[in-house]
Amino acid sequence: MGKDRVAVVGIGQTKHQATRGDVSMAGLVREAASRALADAQMTWADVDAVVIGKAPDFFEGVMMPELFLADALGATGKPLFRVHTAGSVGGSTAIVASQLIQAGIHERVLTVAFEKQSESEAMWALSLPIPFTPPLHAGAGGYFAPHIRSYIRRSGSPDHVGMLVALKDRQNGLKNPYAHLHEPDITFDSIKDSMMLWDPIRYAETCPSSDGACALVLGSEKVAEAAAAEGRQPAWIKGTAMRSEPTLSAERDTVLPLGGALCAADVYKQAGITNPRKDVDCVEMYVPFSWFEPMWLENLGFAEPGDGWKMTEEGATALDGDLPVNMSGGVLCTNPIGASGMLRFAEAAMQVRGTAGDHQVDGARTAVGHAYGGGSQFFAMWVVGADKP
Amino acid sequence: MRDIAVISFAQTPARRKVAELNEVEMLMPAVHTALGQVDMTIDDIGFTCSGSTDYLAGVGFSFVSTLDSVGPWPPIQESHVEMDGAWALYEAWVKLQLGELDTALVYCYSKSSPGDLPMVLTRQLDPILTGPLWPDSVSLAAVQAQAWLDAEKGTEEDMAAVAARSRRSALDNPNAQLAWDRSVEDHLADGYHIAPLRKGDCPPITDGAAAIVLAAGDVARDKVERPAWIRGIDHRIEPIHLGLRDLTVSASTRIAASKAGVADGPVDVAELHAPFSHQELILREALDLGDDVSVNPSGGALAANVMMAAGLIRIGEVANRITAGEANRGVAHATSGPCLQQNLVTVLEGDA
Repeated sequence: MGKDRVAVVGIGQTKHQATRGDVSMAGLVREAASRALADAQMTWADVDAVVIGKAPDFFEGVMMPELFLADALGATGKPLFRVHTAGSVGGSTAIVASQLIQAGIHERVLTVAFEKQSESEAMWALSLPIPFTPPLHAGAGGYFAPHIRSYIRRSGSPDHVGMLVALKDRQNGLKNPYAHLHEPDITFDSIKDSMMLWDPIRYAETCPSSDGACALVLGSEKVAEAAAAEGRQPAWIKGTAMRSEPTLSAERDTVLPLGGALCAADVYKQAGITNPRKDVDCVEMYVPFSWFEPMWLENLGFAEPGDGWKMTEEGATALDGDLPVNMSGGVLCTNPIGASGMLRFAEAAMQVRGTAGDHQVDGARTAVGHAYGGGSQFFAMWVVGADKP
Repeated sequence: MRDIAVISFAQTPARRKVAELNEVEMLMPAVHTALGQVDMTIDDIGFTCSGSTDYLAGVGFSFVSTLDSVGPWPPIQESHVEMDGAWALYEAWVKLQLGELDTALVYCYSKSSPGDLPMVLTRQLDPILTGPLWPDSVSLAAVQAQAWLDAEKGTEEDMAAVAARSRRSALDNPNAQLAWDRSVEDHLADGYHIAPLRKGDCPPITDGAAAIVLAAGDVARDKVERPAWIRGIDHRIEPIHLGLRDLTVSASTRIAASKAGVADGPVDVAELHAPFSHQELILREALDLGDDVSVNPSGGALAANVMMAAGLIRIGEVANRITAGEANRGVAHATSGPCLQQNLVTVLEGDA
């Protein structure tokens, strides 16, 4: 009983792009998983259990695809577990996997998340009927645009903050070889001139639709210490948390969701973080539309409500700021929905392992990974650190 | 491991078609009966986990709306698996092992009635090699049954006996969908549905929901006189491709049974998630169950087969018998995928 220590000891991801026509779904997940295993210096045989996550099965047109992917994931004779918690699923999947080690059930768990959105039309797949609501929105942007409009009104933020986020994230993405969007010519003006899709969200402030997968190898304390002894820094998991809210509830505030705030408070408490702005070195958060950066900065306690946009405007969230946000380029550069949460968690782990390459934050010791889903109602977070908790 | 018990189980009556209720409405009685039986509300629950599939609901993110049935406000710790509720229970059991929370709510549901279930299930198959052939789930089970007969593991009479016994047992189960007393001879007199399966060898198509409340240690003891303790739980998978497996045995069930410790004590009762009659016999062998074990006293999946819930219902049925003092130690099994591809085994036990 109680919680055993657990760490990320291997990370892999695919090259993300609009259509990965060169691989099947099985090929896509194997590309990420093989890289994670190679990074962990393990083989398929070393894995005790596999935990896989993805968003709706209709995106690829295969019902419960983990059943047919079992073979490709080397899961024969092993436990294979499938998580689905909407857009937060990549994060939730990693958390469920980590608990198998914390509970002392397994030593080495492979966790994989993917989406192959080119198999369908994701925008319409996300245009779901909302009970008791006129069917007026098209795509997730249509759903979230009123939340953003409400944020701007409540915070008094100037209109250009969203464009600053988009410019920063797309420029960060240029440093990430796996990112889907590489737009070297992007400028503030090119973002400003891009088409208004869902006012106030412009085309260039919107995430792409990607094919991609991410995989992590999680190891017990023994496994992580063995990796450390060979000079491979583990990313120790210092806290994990999930929270969910209802779809229909008059009490909900979708601009500053209580579920997100409770999730952050829980995970900080576990990690011993008392002043998030000071104690955290960098954050990968789930920002599918530019304005969610200032919104989540407030929701996760990095800024007071109404002040998140000031951090963005001051450059605090830039790669060389005091709290870099979305060093990888984030969801704005890469969005295979089912994998997007795990990519956030993976980037946080890469930062504290010191393996983030050109988007490495110097001296990052403590990093936060964050994912959300549904109508801003499902939240998953973890805190990872270079130091053993 | 930490002592975790099933302290409450509720299910809706299995029905061929629940047309007048949406999924949220269909689920609510199961969730709130399970909570009410142990005098709890969602505020008393530490962790909630559900199992369902979008493909039966016919809409992406279908579980998002059904979460509303539990009334998750203020926000709760919650997760969802695109699997049978038995796996949702597994996640909840793992979560409670961490020692931070003492209670969990597990629920699951599905309506298979709006679509053509055997055709819908073809969408689970390899989308490149097998799916385009649209081999329906009953035909795949028939392939397995024929392989099992060809291997001389048993006979059509053995299958008929399972079918007849299951529907007879279901007469005592008010939630069952198919319940009757019909002889093996009558069953065998029927023509083949998809050879070698007769209609009676196949499960019904069912709409329904189920929920379980788990509690740890003293919380469980405070709530019920005789908690059904989870002594072991494990699940394993095999490749989906039928050609990569010996269909006449269940290798993954055998591993899960060993890890869950089925053989560590006598088994009084077993609830096996065997949608087709021959599959019960394959599972009995994989679990090494003796002839003295009471198998599927509820009627099993041959009497009511709520997709995504039939596995959790097996756990609930065993737990109820332990809590009622009718059994001391039991085995519950859940399956997923074509021809018993993925299997979960739970061992439950009452206090001596």
